[in-house]
Amino acid sequence: MAEHTVKAFDEDIDKLRGLIAEMGGRAESALEDAMTALVREDKKLAAKVVAGDARIDELEAEVEKLAIQTIALRAPMANDLREVIAALKIVGVVERIGDYAKNIAKRVPLIAVNKRTLEPVSLLPSMAQIAGEMVHDALNAFSARDADLALAVVNRDTVVDDFYNSIFRTLVTFMVENPKTITECAHLLFIAKNIERIGDHATNVAEMVYYAATGQYLPDRERGETPELN
Amino acid sequence: MLTPEQQALKPNNPKMTARDVNVFYGQKQAINKVSIDVDMENVTAFIGPSGCGKSTFLRTMNRMNDTVASARVEGEITLDGDNIYSSSMDVVQLRARVGMVFQKPNPFPKSIYENIAYGPRIHGLASAKADMDVIVEKSLRRAGLWEEVKDRLHDSGTALSGGQQQRLCIGRAIAVEPEVILMDEPCSALDPIATAKIEELIHELRGRYAIVIVTHNMQQAARVSQRTAFFHLGTLVEYGVTSDIFTNPRQERTKDYITGRYG
Repeated sequence: MAEHTVKAFDEDIDKLRGLIAEMGGRAESALEDAMTALVREDKKLAAKVVAGDARIDELEAEVEKLAIQTIALRAPMANDLREVIAALKIVGVVERIGDYAKNIAKRVPLIAVNKRTLEPVSLLPSMAQIAGEMVHDALNAFSARDADLALAVVNRDTVVDDFYNSIFRTLVTFMVENPKTITECAHLLFIAKNIERIGDHATNVAEMVYYAATGQYLPDRERGETPELN
Repeated sequence: MLTPEQQALKPNNPKMTARDVNVFYGQKQAINKVSIDVDMENVTAFIGPSGCGKSTFLRTMNRMNDTVASARVEGEITLDGDNIYSSSMDVVQLRARVGMVFQKPNPFPKSIYENIAYGPRIHGLASAKADMDVIVEKSLRRAGLWEEVKDRLHDSGTALSGGQQQRLCIGRAIAVEPEVILMDEPCSALDPIATAKIEELIHELRGRYAIVIVTHNMQQAARVSQRTAFFHLGTLVEYGVTSDIFTNPRQERTKDYITGRYG
């Protein structure tokens, strides 16, 4: 894209994009680390994820401040305006993604060691990997102003939803058969739900990126079924 | 020809229409095949870089370019369906119906009262003093100036502040009961408060008159207009609903201009 006549405007926009890229990277690693901590029973790593969330929150505040300043001082128009507004909205969503990762990490110490071999646990990392990739791609799409990549993220959300449905059923069956595992299974269910929400949030980011890049809204998409609502 | 976007937005009651208008200054073509409609419901803003032809085009709408010896206009411009360039059109009458406000406030070196009364008098709209008083008060009220000047109507118009002078000029244009008001950068010589007053005035006059404003200030176009036309190199590049033009322009050139990436 051509540069602004006022170069400082480009510097502001670049800074905004840099902060969001950093924030997205941190949220993505938080999810990855939380899942590693879960699988490896690594309480130290889990604690690190919980502590690291503060920086994500800080970045959100920094982006908000810079976005408001850019609107006030530069009066952005058209695609610039859409991008700054998208930045404001995206950081709110990425902050939530960070919270979900933190919530997963907080549950790690609460799951007893001998229950960690529960069968449904094995499905969670694959689900988290897809959700993590969606977060990664949604933010890459923002960075590259790539509407096609954003669309691909949106279309991937049903995979995460399907995973969630499958885990939900497995866990319910498991609890019925082994009532002693209910506490652990409840935690795992919340973890699965958190990952499912992360997928939804990545989708929201992708929708904002699509709008920022094209000026068009995506048509309503088909959503995966939410089993507990059926 | 109207563009597809213009067709979609075509007013039911266009006050003025332009079709395939070309303007030449000697050999140089300043306006190339511009077609546009303006109506009473929507304030239309013309934006574009210096030299893009927006002021030239505005001036064709009340035949101001007749005063430029080398200027030549082709195509058709109508007011209520009548071609304003036809030989039967009375230019003096046309300019009363299509009033103009200029960049620099240019009140006559006469009293505030006389600035307003001059037009109605030469057009024979009032002869009795009492009738003229009514016109002066009504025009100054519509121009948002009455409260500030009612106790000093016989002071010189040139003694007013710049913003007041500009509102006086708008009042002077209004006094002859125009149907269209053309404004050529009416706020570029005014401070922000005076500018805001003019913008508020434009908002209040909308609906009563068809208003076309040329402005270099894109924020101003965004604030006061419902339709925006972007001119570049003598052509009408894009025309649309103002909020669309400023959030999602269709043309690359429009986008580059309004986001500050032009040239």
